[in-house]
Formats: sequence, C-alpha cells, structure tokens
Amino acid sequence: MDAVILARIQFALTIGFHFLFPAMTLGTGLIILISETIYIIKKDEDYKRITDFLARLLGVIFVVGAASGITMEFSFGNNWSQYARAVGDIFGPILAVEGVVAFFLESVFIGVLVFGRGRVSKGLYWISALLVFLGSHLSGFWIIVANSWMQTPAGFDPAIYAQTGKIVLSDFGAAVFNPSTLPRFMHTIMASWMTCSIMVTGIGAYYVLIGKFGDTAKKMLKFGIILFAITPLLQLVTGHIHAVQVLNTQPVKGAALEGLFETKSGVPIYGAGWVDVNNKKTTGIAIPDGLSFLYNFHLDSTIKGLNEFPKENWPNVNFIFQTYHLMVAIGILSIGVGLFGAWLLYRKKLYETKWFLFLLPFMIPLPHIAHESGWISAEVGRQPWIIYNMMRTHDAASVVVGAGQILFSLIMFAAIYTMLAVIFLSVAMKIIKKGFDSPAAEAKI
Amino acid sequence: MTLANLQELWFALVCVLFAGYSILDGFDLGLGALLPLLGKKKEEKDILIASIGPVWDGNEVWLITGGGALFAAFPQAYATAFSGFYIAMMLVLFSLIFRAVSMEFRSHDTARAGFWEASFTTGSFFAALLFGVALGNVVFGVPLDSKMEYTGDFFTLLRPMPLLFGVTGLAAVLAQGASYAAMKTENKIRERAFGLLETILPFYFVLALLYMALVNIFIKNVMTSPLFIAGAVISIAALTAAMYAREKQKERILFASTSTALLGLWAITAAAHYPNLIKASNDAALSITTGNASTSLHTLTLMSWIAIIGMPVVLAYTIFVYSIFKGKAKALKY
Repeated sequence: MDAVILARIQFALTIGFHFLFPAMTLGTGLIILISETIYIIKKDEDYKRITDFLARLLGVIFVVGAASGITMEFSFGNNWSQYARAVGDIFGPILAVEGVVAFFLESVFIGVLVFGRGRVSKGLYWISALLVFLGSHLSGFWIIVANSWMQTPAGFDPAIYAQTGKIVLSDFGAAVFNPSTLPRFMHTIMASWMTCSIMVTGIGAYYVLIGKFGDTAKKMLKFGIILFAITPLLQLVTGHIHAVQVLNTQPVKGAALEGLFETKSGVPIYGAGWVDVNNKKTTGIAIPDGLSFLYNFHLDSTIKGLNEFPKENWPNVNFIFQTYHLMVAIGILSIGVGLFGAWLLYRKKLYETKWFLFLLPFMIPLPHIAHESGWISAEVGRQPWIIYNMMRTHDAASVVVGAGQILFSLIMFAAIYTMLAVIFLSVAMKIIKKGFDSPAAEAKI
Repeated sequence: MTLANLQELWFALVCVLFAGYSILDGFDLGLGALLPLLGKKKEEKDILIASIGPVWDGNEVWLITGGGALFAAFPQAYATAFSGFYIAMMLVLFSLIFRAVSMEFRSHDTARAGFWEASFTTGSFFAALLFGVALGNVVFGVPLDSKMEYTGDFFTLLRPMPLLFGVTGLAAVLAQGASYAAMKTENKIRERAFGLLETILPFYFVLALLYMALVNIFIKNVMTSPLFIAGAVISIAALTAAMYAREKQKERILFASTSTALLGLWAITAAAHYPNLIKASNDAALSITTGNASTSLHTLTLMSWIAIIGMPVVLAYTIFVYSIFKGKAKALKY
C-alpha cells in the first residue's frame, strides 16, 4: 500500500481516537465549574458530590486524552515532515503557544481538581475548576487555530511560498484569526458541551431509573437536561455560521457537502441522499431552495457547484456528503430529545417517565458519532490539500519513512488504542457504578 | 536582536525546556522505573504513585512544549529527527502512552493492577532510556543527505556513543526518581530509596565522568569552553553533594543535588553541541545547525515574547501547585 495513504489512515485513526477525550474534557470542565459554583452559592452538599464524581471521571478522561495527544504533536514530524519543513514559521508557534499559555495551565490545575479536594480551601478549589476550564478551552482554541489555518491559510505571502516552498510569517494575528478559526472554534466547543451535557444527562437518568442516589441523582439529571435542551440549539446556530463560512471560503468543500454540481440559484438542502459522482447526480430527500435560503436567507441565492472547479481538486464527494448528513441528523435528533426532556422537566414528569429515562443513556454515544463524522467531513473535505489551495497532502508526507514502517506503527496504534478504549470504558463504567458513594479522590500527600 | 542572536537564544531555550523536562518528568519516570524495587506491598505502591499523581501530567507538558518550541524555532531539526528516527520515536510514544494511562487505570481497574504496574514500570524505563539515546544520536551525529534527510536506519541509532548517552540519562533519571521517593515517603520505602541510591549514585558518578571525557574526545574538544567547565564543576559538585546527602539521609538536599547535577550535564551537552542541532556524521557541512534550520526573524521574535511573558507565569503556578502537595505522601483514595 502507498505510504501516503497509510500515513493518512494513521493520522485519521490517531486523531479520531484522541478527539473523543478532549471533547469529553472541555464539557466536563464546564459542568464541574457550574456544579461547583452552585455548591458554593447554595451550600448544597449534593452539588459537591456531583463535582467530585465528575472530577473522578475527568481524571481518567484527561489522562487518555493527554497520552494520545502527544502522538498528535509528534505526528507532524513523524509522518508529515515535509509539511513541518514548509510551515514551521506559522504552525510551529501555534503548537508552542498552546503549550505555554494553555496546556500547562490545564495540566497543572487538573492535579488540584482531581486530588486536591481535601488539601485546598473551597475558594481555591473553585479557582482550580475555573483554571482547568479556561486552560482546556484555550488549549482547544490553539489546536483549532492550527487546523483552521490548514483550511483557510492566512498571515503569509503566497508569492514567497510559490517561489521557495516555505511559508514565511508576515502577520501572526491574521494567521491566528484566519477566516475559519472563530466559526470552527464555536462549533467545536459547542460540540464538546453538547457531548458532556448528554453524558451527564444519561448517567443521571440511569441513576434515577434504578432508584440510586436519591436527590443527588435527580439534581444531576435536572441540570443535565437543561444543558441538553440548550446546547443542541446553540449548536444549530454555530453550525449554521460555520456552514456559511465554508461556502464562502472553501466553496469546493461546501458544494461537496451538499452534492451540488452545477452552479445555480434555489439550491435544495438534503436530509439524506446519495451522490453519484461519475454521473454528477445527487438523489435524496431534499427541501427545495433550502441551502440557498440558509446561505443568506434568500430563496434564490446562487451557490457555486463542483463543476466550477477542476475534478482533481475535488474531495471524495459522496463520502463527506454521508458523514456530514449523519452529523446533521444526530444534531436534529438531539434538539428534539433535549427539548422533550426539558418539557417533561417543566411538567414535573421527568423523573417518572421511565421509558424516556431508559432511552437517555443510549444517547451518550450519539454526539461522539456526530463530532467524529463532522470532523471527517471537515478533513476529508479539505483533500486533496493539506493546506487548502496551497500544498497537496501527498507532497507533505515524510520522504524517509517507508510504507512498512508506517504499517508497523499503524498496527501498533490500532492494537494499543483498541485496548485503551476497552479499558477506558470498563473503568468509566466502574466509576459510574460507584457513583457518588466513594469519598472524594484525595491525595493525602 | 539579530537573527543570529535569536537563533542562539532559542538554542538555549529549547535546551532549558528539555532540561526542565528531564528534571521534572525525570523524577516520575525514575520513580516508575524503580516502582517494584521501591514498593513491595500494594499500600507502598499506592503511596509511591500518590506522590506523583497530582504533578506528573504537568511535568509531561514540558516535553510537549519543548517539542512545540523545537518545531517553532528549528522546524528542519524537528522534521529530520522525528521522521528519521521513526521507529525509535514510535517506541518512545508507546512507552509514554502506556505509563501515563497505567497510573490511573491501576487504581480503578484493580483486577489487573499487576499488569498496570508492570506497564508503568516498563514504559517509564524505556522512555527514560530512549530519550538519552535519541539525544546521543543528534549530538554524536547521524548520516544526513543534502536535503537534511536522515539516511541511516533503526540500527544506526544503536551505536556505542549514543547508547552511553542513553545509559547516563537513565542513571540520572533513576537518581531523580529514587531521591524524589526518599523525599516524599517515610520509613521502609524511604530506606529502600536510600539503599537504591547507594548503588545508583556511584554508577551515575562514573558515567558522568566518562561522559565528560568522551564528549571531548569523540564529539568536540570543549575543555576550555566556560559553559563546559561550569557544567562539569556543577555536576561533579552536585553529585558529590548528593552522595553526602544520601549518607546523612537529608532527602531534600539530595533531590536538589541530583536535579542540579542534571542541569550541569545539560550545560556540558549544550557546550559540545552548539551550534549543531543534528550533527551530520558523514560530512560536517551537511549538519543541521541553528543557522540553517531556524524559522524567520519575525517568528523567533514573536516566540521570544511569548516565552518571556508566559514561562515565568507557568513556573509561578507550577511552584504554587507543588507547594499544595508538599510534604510526605500518604495514600490516594478514590
């Protein structure tokens, strides 16, 4: 097999695995901060128990995320060294800044959050929760900057790149706040908040259903369901902003996501469908004029189709059409379930509606599937470019690393990550089964 | 500042980040590698792991930031080493992944605690050894072509001189781990730590002396370089102090001494290595240096401001959090 294809599979596998954990870290950080704030204001011990339970869970989530994250930083040198040689001027500082201003903060204070309950004052514990929240979100911000720069590169002179093959920094602010950074950041953060809202709701529902942990479980379920009602709606807004930005700045990807070949006005939006790339035909269930309307709220707005661009610059159209629509479908489903839950809560029927409580834990994997398939759409949609419209992916791979070496590492990663996933799930289930019972994780050091 | 000044500054800063990593993550790697020798009973191992539990992840960020700084300041060196030493780098990664998750999994997945302890120890041991071997290779030199690409294979990396770097680094890390354990524990574990150091420190001392001599013979004659002289004096004095502190059972002085000795070794290495980042063993002209591997003046200036403002803040809150967890480790409850 081709070394570049193997390197791409390895990157997809390792980043796909890694992302599951930061997605859980950021949202859990938010929920811990909310819960600890309520605890301090209301002096209600139940919220302290919720914080401590989530901190235990976060301890395990964070460790797997950090361990699999080192792989990602190394990978640009390991597998994409020609890319690293070309982009050190901009991409290097972004990763370095992430370490200095964000990951240190998160990693140092997570120690206090997970082990420090018995050693620090309430105030300092709350500040640690705040700093973990800030550190993890800042860390997410810089990683999103790195990705967004590959999607919509800025802050350098393309003429110099064309001549020398090296990106030379001219404006760091422009590179950081490139056209896709903020839409992508909001959409990714909200994905994480949504993931964890659904996680906390699912766990709370499980406790209430089996009649465990009384009021503590009900309180967790209650604020879980409130967040579950809000976050998917907010995600619809950020998703919309992000989609419009993609249509504007990466029109090839934008057209591919909806399987649009011909430039036209009144473009439909698909709920589900199939793209036949050879015959340039997309069939499925669609809302007429939907995409045009969502683009700028005019039913007849014109959107560029794939035919405007040379076929060698197209991504795998049907593949990202499917992953994109899977993400959207899960998003819409989540809005419905979340709002229904909030309605039950409002009608004071939530804790008695057994079938709904039974359903909620099964929602937990869905946002993960959604954000994974969303990322696949974003990243496969960027192909064949590693830097959109600048550098092709096959020019970016390490030249000295052969297919055999990558096959070896790929098999190892697949085996190790499968094992980590299995152990993580069993450990997480153990922590969930113990619930609020066990004492705060305290390092009496 | 001129570009040349900044390149020199960033050579120093990358060294400082990796030195910081070796001292801080060094003690938790060393403690991991020595776990079965330091702790016999489950409760003892609990205490040992509790002693690093809240701080090891912050320590590891020094590596991540060091790697990021290398990428940002000298992307050509980062690209050559990480792609050229591919299999070795993968082994480092797998070791780091295993040791990181083992600590947390061990306390929850109690049925397989033995497996996680073994994986923690093995991962820590190999990571500690391989870092030194990797450093040894870039300092001693590896074959490079005119496009800065590595032309050797996996076994090129296992020559005697780089292996000496590996063994010296391992001794340093084991000394860090044992002296940290002595500082954070009491009674039997503390006595075992002192006992292990009775063996480790003389080995370490001899390896350090050998290292100083062979660096001058096989890498570069830096006998008159002030940085080398300072590094040699510091590491010899610190290792002597460490042996004395072990004798007198003064664990805090002991840990300070082994940490200082490691700084001295980094100074020696920097003196012999500068201005190379990766020395070409086949033709000195092909070496990857601070001059031909760096990013632009603009990027290095930006990075300098970030480091000057950011790192003191990082150091301040790191020290603060260490002070929260100061004193002897007792137990870790979940």
